[in-house]
Amino acid sequence: MTSRYDVELVQVTKRYGTAVAVDGISLRVPKASYCCLLGPSGCGKTSTLRMIAGHEAISDGDILIQDLNVSNLPSVRRGTSMMFQNYALFPHISCLDNVAFSLRVRGVPKKERNAKAQQYLDLVHMSDFAKRLPSQLSGGQQQRVALARSLITRPKVLLLDEPLSALDPFLRVRMREELKRLQRELGISFIHVTHSQEEAMALADLMVVMEDGHIRQADTPRAVFEEPASAFIARFIGGHNVLPWESGMIAVRADRCSLGGTGDDPRLAGHVTAVEYQGPVVRVAVATDAGLEAVAVVSDRDFYRSPVGPGDAATVSWSQNEAHLLAH
Amino acid sequence: MMAGPPRSAADGARPWTFYALATLFTLFILFLYGPMLVIYVLSFQGPDGGVTFPMVGTSTVWFENIVKPGQMANIPVSFERSISLAALVSVLTVVFSVSAGLGFRRNFPGSGVLFYLAVASLVMPSLLVGFGIALGFRFLGWDTSLFTSALGAQLTWTLPFGLFAMFAVVNRFNRSWEEAATDLGASAWQRLRLVTLPILLPGILGLAMGAFTLSYDEYARTTLAIGPKNTLPLEIYALISSATSPVLFAIGTVTTAASFLLISITLFVIFRLQRRRALLVPKEG
Repeated sequence: MTSRYDVELVQVTKRYGTAVAVDGISLRVPKASYCCLLGPSGCGKTSTLRMIAGHEAISDGDILIQDLNVSNLPSVRRGTSMMFQNYALFPHISCLDNVAFSLRVRGVPKKERNAKAQQYLDLVHMSDFAKRLPSQLSGGQQQRVALARSLITRPKVLLLDEPLSALDPFLRVRMREELKRLQRELGISFIHVTHSQEEAMALADLMVVMEDGHIRQADTPRAVFEEPASAFIARFIGGHNVLPWESGMIAVRADRCSLGGTGDDPRLAGHVTAVEYQGPVVRVAVATDAGLEAVAVVSDRDFYRSPVGPGDAATVSWSQNEAHLLAH
Repeated sequence: MMAGPPRSAADGARPWTFYALATLFTLFILFLYGPMLVIYVLSFQGPDGGVTFPMVGTSTVWFENIVKPGQMANIPVSFERSISLAALVSVLTVVFSVSAGLGFRRNFPGSGVLFYLAVASLVMPSLLVGFGIALGFRFLGWDTSLFTSALGAQLTWTLPFGLFAMFAVVNRFNRSWEEAATDLGASAWQRLRLVTLPILLPGILGLAMGAFTLSYDEYARTTLAIGPKNTLPLEIYALISSATSPVLFAIGTVTTAASFLLISITLFVIFRLQRRRALLVPKEG
């Protein structure tokens, strides 16, 4: 029998003393999917990851990995492997020895484990660096070695704690592609904790937005972006205007708004507070006298047809069907 | 770009405070090393010279006197005693301080009280600690001796010191190294042996050296708890009060050289270890 889910969280709770870090969350991660846990700091995403890894005891609830309840199993018997935020490569041994570490503690003979480790270094294109110490590598290279060290344990689920946050923006995009490629090729699930919505959107099959120890929305990035479940999510993933409207709070994508208005489209009239040229698009922020703020992201062509500057009167409008009513 | 320390507006001109402080520091250095320098120079006093300047020729006769049978017969044997006691103190201090340092990372109930109890002996008058130990031994009808009462007296000094040193070492230890080891399937023992201890090794070597030197020249706590056989510092003290000749200076020179040799070797080993794993600023790319 094959399981349908790689990871299932059932009412998982984490308490530190009286503080609740994770409050009864449930989640199903389908087989071989890239799942991103997304949220601001302190939302419980890292605690959740560490509970799945077995580095943090679960206060309540259950964690299943491929239908096996692992709640009380030690890390090594869960079929997970964790890649730490700072990579946690052992500084006193070479990259090869780092990668071979899990085989060494299982008593695999030296020759065999080194050959295997070399294979995994190949997989991440680091075979030329086998003899180096971690301190002799750049951040991106250290990350590749850390990946190899995790993957050599043949995990069912790879857990990544903010894996890209230590890299510069250029490298971040490149490593992002690499992570996605590895996940596809290996056909296992990755659970990736991040506070960057851009990263989550680029990578995730399943995007899980967390706030205050709760899962606020879990869906494909597109579904989350098209239909954010709450004002918090709409604001957190960005690109939306969140406005109080007749029927309640609404979210409107800024790139679906335009300057000026035709017919009886809903609109906000006010003054321009900021104009940012961003190449293909221009971002125009408008504030009303009542203090509401809206942003229109318009194409550079449209903008320069009738440009506006800070202080000018301007109207942001959108068509009725672009407005998405928020639950609260 | 940050480059170097900030410079004053008028480059090259130093304020008068620089010269005042430089003078003070020079005087301090002279005060610190001057007397020792005098001792080293005088240990090469000629055979007819005395314990003060002027030098009456130069010779190594006083060094030869150390190992000659006679008045100085106790020096080599007390040196041996000091070294073996210091080695044992060093090993015990490392074992207990490292364990305690690792243990204190956890905030277990009563850890605060235990910590203050452990370090309290640092502030107690050292002579009284030695006296108390000797008294305790007498009360129990035991004989004070090198590897019992003297060892204990020295440990009251080196253990709290070692614990402090370990706190500094352990503070820089990244917990995720241990978690990574566990994650990769290491047992608690494998984690300690293959990850924790090797990473802490430079600090542990420093700690061992510190404990060794603390023990090697300990006087106040040892003197009342030593029993009949003296360590080197006690022997030298006895010699100073009974006889004065440049032999004392020669002993000083030899023991200093021995200490420096030990410190240099340890520092060299630590330096090599550190350099092997120096944490360079990661370059991306």
